Amino acid sequence: MVMLANTQGIADTHPQTGDGTGPVLTLSGISKSFPGVKALSEVSLELFPGEVTALVGENGAGKSTIVKILTGIYQPDEGTISINGTPVSFPTAQDAGRAGVTAIHQETVLFDDLSVAENIFIGHAPKTRFGLIDRKEMLRKAQALLERIGARIDPHVTLKDLGIANKHLVAIARALSIDAKIVIMDEPTASLSHKEIEETYELVERLKAEGKAILFISHKFDEIFRIADRYTVFRDGQMVGTGKIEEVSEQELVKLMVGRSVDQVFPKRAPLLGKEVLKVVGYCHPTEFEDIGFTLRAGEILGFYGLVGAGRSEFMQALFGVTKPSKGAIRIDDTIAVIRDPYEAIRHGIVYVPEDRGKQGAIKGLPIFQNVSLPSLKETSHKGFLRLAEEFKLARDYTQRLDLRAAALDQDIGELSGGNQQKVVIAKWLATKPRVIILDEPTKGIDIGSKAAVHEFMAELAAEGLAVIMVSSEIPEILGMSDRVIVMREGRIAAEYEGDDLTPEHLVRAAAGITEVRS
Amino acid sequence: MIRSLMKSRETILAGAILLLVIGIAIRFPGFVTPSNLANVFNDTAPLIILALGQMVVILTRCIDLSVAANLALTGMVVAMLNMAMPGLPVPVILVLALVLGALMGLVNGLLVWKLDIPPIVVTLGTMTIYRGIIFVISGGEWINAHEMSDAFKAFPREVVLGLPVLSWIAIAVVLGFIILVGRTPLGRAFFAVGGNPHAAVYTGINVGLTQCAAYVLSGALAGLTGYLWVARYAVAYVDIAGGFELEVVAACVIGGISIAGGIGSVGGALLGALFLGIVKNALPVINISPFWQLAISGSAIIIAVTFNATSSRAKGRVILKKAEHAA
Repeated sequence: MVMLANTQGIADTHPQTGDGTGPVLTLSGISKSFPGVKALSEVSLELFPGEVTALVGENGAGKSTIVKILTGIYQPDEGTISINGTPVSFPTAQDAGRAGVTAIHQETVLFDDLSVAENIFIGHAPKTRFGLIDRKEMLRKAQALLERIGARIDPHVTLKDLGIANKHLVAIARALSIDAKIVIMDEPTASLSHKEIEETYELVERLKAEGKAILFISHKFDEIFRIADRYTVFRDGQMVGTGKIEEVSEQELVKLMVGRSVDQVFPKRAPLLGKEVLKVVGYCHPTEFEDIGFTLRAGEILGFYGLVGAGRSEFMQALFGVTKPSKGAIRIDDTIAVIRDPYEAIRHGIVYVPEDRGKQGAIKGLPIFQNVSLPSLKETSHKGFLRLAEEFKLARDYTQRLDLRAAALDQDIGELSGGNQQKVVIAKWLATKPRVIILDEPTKGIDIGSKAAVHEFMAELAAEGLAVIMVSSEIPEILGMSDRVIVMREGRIAAEYEGDDLTPEHLVRAAAGITEVRS
Repeated sequence: MIRSLMKSRETILAGAILLLVIGIAIRFPGFVTPSNLANVFNDTAPLIILALGQMVVILTRCIDLSVAANLALTGMVVAMLNMAMPGLPVPVILVLALVLGALMGLVNGLLVWKLDIPPIVVTLGTMTIYRGIIFVISGGEWINAHEMSDAFKAFPREVVLGLPVLSWIAIAVVLGFIILVGRTPLGRAFFAVGGNPHAAVYTGINVGLTQCAAYVLSGALAGLTGYLWVARYAVAYVDIAGGFELEVVAACVIGGISIAGGIGSVGGALLGALFLGIVKNALPVINISPFWQLAISGSAIIIAVTFNATSSRAKGRVILKKAEHAA
């Protein structure tokens, strides 16, 4: 009810929107495939001058892909892009910029060591008649642009001395400097404080008033209903709904986002819960998360759901000793454990399979078996000397269990597919015989076949009495695998669901911070 | 050893060295007599020892530019010590040289580990500092042969089983490194830290400590070589082995040690050093101007790096596809 009144209020104060002109940008029938994955399938999207279109969808729905297509980073396999009815193509990012499309990213793509003015005009700085950069003119124009968007920033200042909100403003000034017609804002408020968010909204209004067409990507429903004029929903690479924001309710949007069909098949399990293995109390971090507490029992799969940036991975890293919490305690079995570094975590039986395999998991250059044995070298070596035969045996045992497809165990891990690399990383941790295994986005970016194998295996682990924590942003996976789900939002536990309460709607609402007024 | 890719890279380098030797032998058969080859090896021994130390540092994504300065400073210190106390037995001097070198390596390692300063900056700085200290303690004076004791000078040249002690030390260091790098957890950690520092952290490996250990090793070997060098040439002065650090790095690069870390082998470093040693010794013999030596070493570096870069670039493409796939 409250929300409804709110949206009407916005509509009233901004009568200039939706003035009936046609779309400035039209995408139709856009498809894009990557090896093994169809990222976008015949999607369409329209942006109107002077209007904000909210692009909504779960992680992996294809939002980033469409942004990359619009900014010339990816080329669509099929479909057309037209601006004011004329078909165009963007072979490079520069072409997109020239056509008037600009994007302000979550993490702004600017140059930290250049001045504000240089950042605004990089690539199209005003020139003197000798073809040199006209610094005076550049500073003057930068000043004018910054004033136009109401930013009180000195154009001489080096960018790295600005806060994140001011950097956004510089990015926006840059967008205006190239006279963009279409502005893409990819979660612009994700890392901003309340006051900065308000300022961002004001800016969006200003851009609207100047007749820019804005594509606004956001996970936050309150802001979508506050500033958007239209919405477009993506799900699994398809456009599943579009229309005017005042004609849709939150609930309908959530339904569109989540969909009904869960086509993946998950292993059926009859969880046999053992005794409590892990208890976390009041875990805090100065900037990332606060007051995280939960218990975990043997044989249980506990899901952690939340939006990107909700603090899930950050918490897991602290639990594993990569970062230090400021407060909090852990009990493993019946003893209080102090974990100061990953080595101690491994010794206490906690292992962490990180999200970013390339960066944090696989060690390229080492053969498969040495990747597996790395944390278990104490056990496989004798009097300080490695025994390669033992390492090989360990690796063979655990990779066989995971059904690893590799030509040989002394192959370099870099030659394996993503799914098989994931298996090696999991085998590495299982070989340490852990009590608790944390899987961070275990199936992100791997093919369907490997996904099923990882799920199957996760179920087996739980059945063998291992306590599993799974961080995932994929609703079907969370629902299909977890016995219990903790939803995190902005660094805190927002909700906890199990049994019949485990529904997609509940999860999305808790993660997006929608208070449940209607059920 | 098990790394087939590595093996092939080493085989290519070994083949190149063989061709080089055959080419020289055609013009000057005397070069390939066993006694001359032994001489060449002995001449190359300091480079081999330092290249192995440098190799573990480069494996961990660092670099040690201070090795030659460390060598020179340790050499000067032990020479002055010998001058002051001619009776000090050689084993004590060896231990002192190792410890002093290791301490200088530790300084590098701690700066890289605890203060997180880029390795190239740290060792560029300490390189200059160590050279400066030599000047300060020696006052810029030379220490000449007649000021050193006979035992001090004789040790590296003493012939045991047909080879000088200097050569035997190089052989011992090679064998030691084969075991250290291939058969100990620390050796494995060098590869893990360089191959993927993030993953190494998650595996419970202390990245900074491992890098520090590599510097200490490199420093200790530089110290050891410092004594051997000064004793062999029977002279110590400020500019000893000036610029030698670049030759050491070159030996590693030619030997296929990836400057990006994580890839390399003892065999590679050894062959890289031998290649440079042969070029250096052979050119004057076959009447090619020593200036060509620099050009040939330089070309070898570029060829080696190009070879390494192309082999890893092919891999990069695959990785990129996966990254897209994941996006």
